Order: sequence, then structure tokens, then C-alpha cells
Amino acid sequence: MIRFALPLAIFVLMVGLLGYGLRLDPKKVPSPLIDKPAPAFSLSILGDPSRQLSTADMAGQVWVLNVWASWCISCRAEHAVITALAGKNLVAVIGLNYKDESADAVRWLEQFGNPYATSIVDRDGRVGIDWGVYGVPETFVIGADGLIKYKHIGPVTHESLEQKIMPILMELLS
Amino acid sequence: MKPLLLIILLVFWWIPAQAAIEAYEFDSPEMEADYNQLVNELRCLVCQNQNLAGSDADLAQDLRRETYEMLQQGKSQQEVIDFMVARYGDFVLYRPQFKSSTYLLWLGPFLLLMLVLFIVIRRLRAARKPVEVDAAALDNARHLLEDSEPKS
Repeated sequence: MIRFALPLAIFVLMVGLLGYGLRLDPKKVPSPLIDKPAPAFSLSILGDPSRQLSTADMAGQVWVLNVWASWCISCRAEHAVITALAGKNLVAVIGLNYKDESADAVRWLEQFGNPYATSIVDRDGRVGIDWGVYGVPETFVIGADGLIKYKHIGPVTHESLEQKIMPILMELLS
Repeated sequence: MKPLLLIILLVFWWIPAQAAIEAYEFDSPEMEADYNQLVNELRCLVCQNQNLAGSDADLAQDLRRETYEMLQQGKSQQEVIDFMVARYGDFVLYRPQFKSSTYLLWLGPFLLLMLVLFIVIRRLRAARKPVEVDAAALDNARHLLEDSEPKS
């Protein structure tokens, strides 16, 4: 009996592990920044380079940082969702314009509409590195305590907004 | 003629892809060695199966620049690694650190090897043991064999 039971058990275990591995998305690297303080930045505002926005300005409130760029195709896909989120007027949605030409970025916002309370310019991508950004778009939820609560990699869909981001926001706001 | 042309094309096809690395100047050969080791051991997060040295992705260029600048500022290799891990997690390391969550990764193969050795040794010992035979049963078997032999 054990002659067959043991190889069968190993086989079932392997199939289980490989099956689980197949369902994982290798593109989604878990961020080590969850529950860590939001990395500090002070960047000039898109369309108004003389003014700056820093993490200190956002202290004490729940906010969302959405990393976008005019060259990023999936940002167009999630644009409607970000607009819907901003339209709820629950939290400030800040755009991090990542490695982009400001003129192109301004034109992009004119063309598709500007959902962001403010967009800040990360021309050389250094703030992006501090935030562990490795693909655009990415979306962060930051709590009133200044800690990063959630990171979404890739375009936010209506589904992921309702099922993942909104519950976290509601909990942070309550 | 055609196969020759194909071979020439195949051989020279990949040459432009190698010209992606920036020319950084280092203060010392040690620093250059540190840099080369780091960009070879850090993973590019965009292409995932390439290291920073081998990737032409935008982020890989930025991270090479970051690595270079940190070394130029006199930071150690470990400080650069900590910088990357703090931002991108253990995934950036091609050589994972030895810590509680990676014990199984580092020691697992040796554990498996020991398990296999244990099983093999046990089997070999069992095989070497002389087979004990009941004398009466042997006698019985001999009788049966003799009875069944065809009579000449």
C-alpha cells in the first residue's frame, strides 16, 4: 500500500504547490513599505513649478498617491477609476507625475481631465525609487498617521477600487 | 550561400543590445569592483529575470545611477543593498540574505540530501542483512522440488 501511497502523496503535493504558483502574479512584488512611514518628498507642482508640495503638507490626513505619466498607456485605462475615486471627495488624490515631460503631462490632463487635487513632478524618478515604484501606474493609500497602508500595482480597476481600496479608506476615515 | 548569410546575421544580431551600459568613472578599482558586483547581484524589477547590469530598462538605469552615486559618496556595499531592500524588498536580491524567513531556502537542499542519504543507507543495510530462513520450511520446499522434478 505504501508503495503507491507515498509517490501519490508527493505527486499531489507537487501539483498543489505548482498550481498555487501558477495563480500567483510574478509581476506583483510585495512592497516592504506597507505600514512604514511614507518616504518624505518635496516636489514642485505640475503647472506651477514655483510652488512645492511635501509629505509634511499631507500630515494628519488620509490621502492617496497615484503614480502616473503621459507616456503610460495603462494610466489611460485607470484614468476613469481614479476620476471616480476623486469624485467621491473622500480623500485628496495626489498625482505623482513620474519621469515625464511637464508639457506632455499638462496636455494629457487637459485631454483626459484632471482628477488630481495636485500633481507633483518627479522628473528624474528619485522619489519614485524612494517609494519603491517599479512600474506605472501604482497607487498608494497613506493614513493620517503618515504610514503607507496599501499599495496597488498596475491599473486600478473599478473592481479593485470597490473591493480593496474603498474598504481600507473607509476604515481609515472612520 | 543562404545558410552562411543566416549564420552571419545571427552572430552579429545581438551586438547592439550590449551597448546599453553607461560609462561611469570610479575613484578606485575597488569601488568599480563593488559597483560591478552590486549591479550583477541586484535584480531589475521591470524585467525580473535580468540583473541591473544586463537590463536596459529605464528603472535599471536609474538604479545603476543610484548605486554609482551611493558608492561615490563613500557608502558601503551593504548600505546600497539595504537601500534597495528597504524600497523593493528581498526580491531585488539575486542572493537572498540568510535570515529566519530564508532558512528553509538555504538549508532545504541540505535537509533533502540528508533525508535521501538516510533512506539510502537504511535500504543498503537492510539489503546486506542475511536472510533468515526457517529450517523446516526449507526442508519442505526441497521435498516439493524433488517431487515435482520430471522423472528421467
